[in-house]
Amino acid sequence: MTVSYVIRASRPLGGPSVDIVISDGLIAAMGSSVDVPVGARVIDAQDCIALPGLVDLHTHLREPGREDAETVLSGSQAAAAGGYTAVFAMANTNPVADTAGTVEQVWRLGQQAGLVDVQPVGAVTMGLAGTQLAELGAMADSAANVRMFSDDGKCVHDAVLMRRALEYVKAFDGVIAQHAQEPRLTEDAQMNESALSGILGLRGWPAVAEEAIIARDVLLADHVGSRLHVCHVSTAGSVEIIRWAKSRGIDVTAEVTPHHLLLTEELVRSYDPIYKVNPPLRSERDVHALREALADGTIDVVATDHAPHPAEDKDCEWAEAAMGMVGLETAVGVVAEAMVSTGLLDWAGVAQRMSVTPAVIGRLDGQGRSLAVGEPANITLINTSRPYLVEPRALRSASRNTPFAGRSLPVSVWTTFYKGALTLDEGVLVGQAHNEGSAV
Amino acid sequence: MNRHLLSASDLDRDDALLVLDTAAELAALTDRAVKKLPTLRGRTVVNLFYEDSTRTRISFEAAAKRLSADVINFSAKGSSVSKGESLKDTALTLEAMGADAVVIRHPASGAPDRLAHSGWIGGSVVNAGDGTHEHPTQALLDAFTMRQHLAGGKGDLAGRKVTIVGDVLHSRVARSNVLLLSTLGAHVTLVAPPTLLPVGIETWPCEFSFDLDSHLSSTDAVMMLRVQRERMNAAFFPSAREYSRRYGLDVRRMNALPEHAIVMHPGPMNRGMEIAADVADSDRSVIVEQVTNGVNVRMAVLYLLLAGAQLGESEGSDRTAEVVAP
Repeated sequence: MTVSYVIRASRPLGGPSVDIVISDGLIAAMGSSVDVPVGARVIDAQDCIALPGLVDLHTHLREPGREDAETVLSGSQAAAAGGYTAVFAMANTNPVADTAGTVEQVWRLGQQAGLVDVQPVGAVTMGLAGTQLAELGAMADSAANVRMFSDDGKCVHDAVLMRRALEYVKAFDGVIAQHAQEPRLTEDAQMNESALSGILGLRGWPAVAEEAIIARDVLLADHVGSRLHVCHVSTAGSVEIIRWAKSRGIDVTAEVTPHHLLLTEELVRSYDPIYKVNPPLRSERDVHALREALADGTIDVVATDHAPHPAEDKDCEWAEAAMGMVGLETAVGVVAEAMVSTGLLDWAGVAQRMSVTPAVIGRLDGQGRSLAVGEPANITLINTSRPYLVEPRALRSASRNTPFAGRSLPVSVWTTFYKGALTLDEGVLVGQAHNEGSAV
Repeated sequence: MNRHLLSASDLDRDDALLVLDTAAELAALTDRAVKKLPTLRGRTVVNLFYEDSTRTRISFEAAAKRLSADVINFSAKGSSVSKGESLKDTALTLEAMGADAVVIRHPASGAPDRLAHSGWIGGSVVNAGDGTHEHPTQALLDAFTMRQHLAGGKGDLAGRKVTIVGDVLHSRVARSNVLLLSTLGAHVTLVAPPTLLPVGIETWPCEFSFDLDSHLSSTDAVMMLRVQRERMNAAFFPSAREYSRRYGLDVRRMNALPEHAIVMHPGPMNRGMEIAADVADSDRSVIVEQVTNGVNVRMAVLYLLLAGAQLGESEGSDRTAEVVAP
């Protein structure tokens, strides 16, 4: 018999407070002062906003291949702790997720962990090499039911290959998620190209390297009538191009990471590689353009680009260090600080950009649904009266490379329900118990 | 002064003048037959070199030895580094051995900052050139040399016009010189093809130009930067010959300089590329002098970082006495 829950007096999407009854994995009832089913556990949530479980379109779980940095299980735990009920696992593992076998392996590991939907992203090209299409159809037809394809970490820079990929995935309603980075313009690039990169003597990563690819790709998507998703948009110029493309009716969606909404290249002055990331941290002007674009819908979603790295890959000189930041556990707090505290977005807007729209772009059923009776009980409670002090050692991810260490974020993730089961219980992970349950 | 010397911007005008004045005093002392001073006896200076640089390493080694410091030379080749040891572990090893100062040359920009600020070591860190970032002691020896020739060996460089020519984009020497020379009041003009000037150059405390000839007649010191021929393959310029024609210092251009102007080069030179052999060997050239001054300036830096407390508190001629008696 499954456990029932009553979430008492939370505010769905920041609206008026209601009670939510969860039973049999579904939202069984909603309203003021609902009847408590026999044996149900009551969760006091009067300090909490209720959101549909968050969906991350861009997560690196590192398994198979780099289990020292993250595993599907540890990444699922980090996701649950961050309020997520679904993550899209990027394909740049070792071996690369470029076959039906590998995506099914990742998908099964996600099922076994049982804390979130782990939805594999398939590689666009064999081995991410950018020369030959991977078997996109086989991955789409596999148990993993892949709909999103990306060579993330590398750009599909060959225009013909990108065109073919966009065309080919139309057969199964797929989408190509492009890591927009012109490779020749960014050889050995270390940080945003700017006056600061000149002073610091670090090889610059010009905005045009991102924007030129996005411009080409929206024109290609228009030409072949296919769906394009742009990963981690980081510049004001990219925003302008995407805004133009959308105004033309081109079927393009875009994501921004939490760190690009809050941090600027000024942090690179420290030469601390904790701030080294791809795409690089940009200028304050870019940060403001990204926030506005997320608010006005030019950028559709927030995606973490959660990129775990072991300590030794960051505890070194800048040029030697790996690129990337963990982000699952800090995402909501950072978005609250950058978007909600600033008045740019309300909680309904957050739900749209961190749950509803990502699920639509990734064609993931059962996620990103409204908080309504009969819907799957994927629910995240955000405590607005408890700030979250980020401590790297307390992260549930297997890696600790957060750029937000020591920061106090305005809200904390309090409780997460995944398919009606608790995965995060008032800030405490419920990993093992559920793990056993799902194995039955 | 700060505990470390990582960037020329670590030095304000007073700090910079203190280093130059100290170097001048040390130069007078080391002109004697016995060059050695007992000042840093018992202190350990490590030369941690991740790049081949015979000239800079020898200069620092000579400087430390003339101050009677114990010197350990650690070069990346044939060491634990070539076996994959990280900068962190090397630093922890040096710290465990009791290094009082680490002089680091590294191909990665910012490596000295990491060494100084990561809590790996407790001693002073001196940047002996990091990637395409900075080379502050080179700027100090250049300023010292300019001061000898253009300012009577005293005070700052107010109003002096310095033209730095060449691959500014990849040059740590140019970055440190712009910062230090502007601190000392000089007017710096960087001259290079547009491809070899960094983005944001208009925000630097200097002028820049694409045309060498128009600046020569108003230059007090011209510094030619080394230009690697490989840059040609990355399309920074079409050919070595074209570069040399447009930006090389040949005899014709040298003759366009004012009578008193000096010709400088941080070395190693590409004769026939950025500088003609006749210019390098002319009596305008102070290139060999730069090397001599390098030892004195580095002595001053090590002295001020490791024993500087006594010196910084004293005035004028008293300093000399304290240098002699540690």
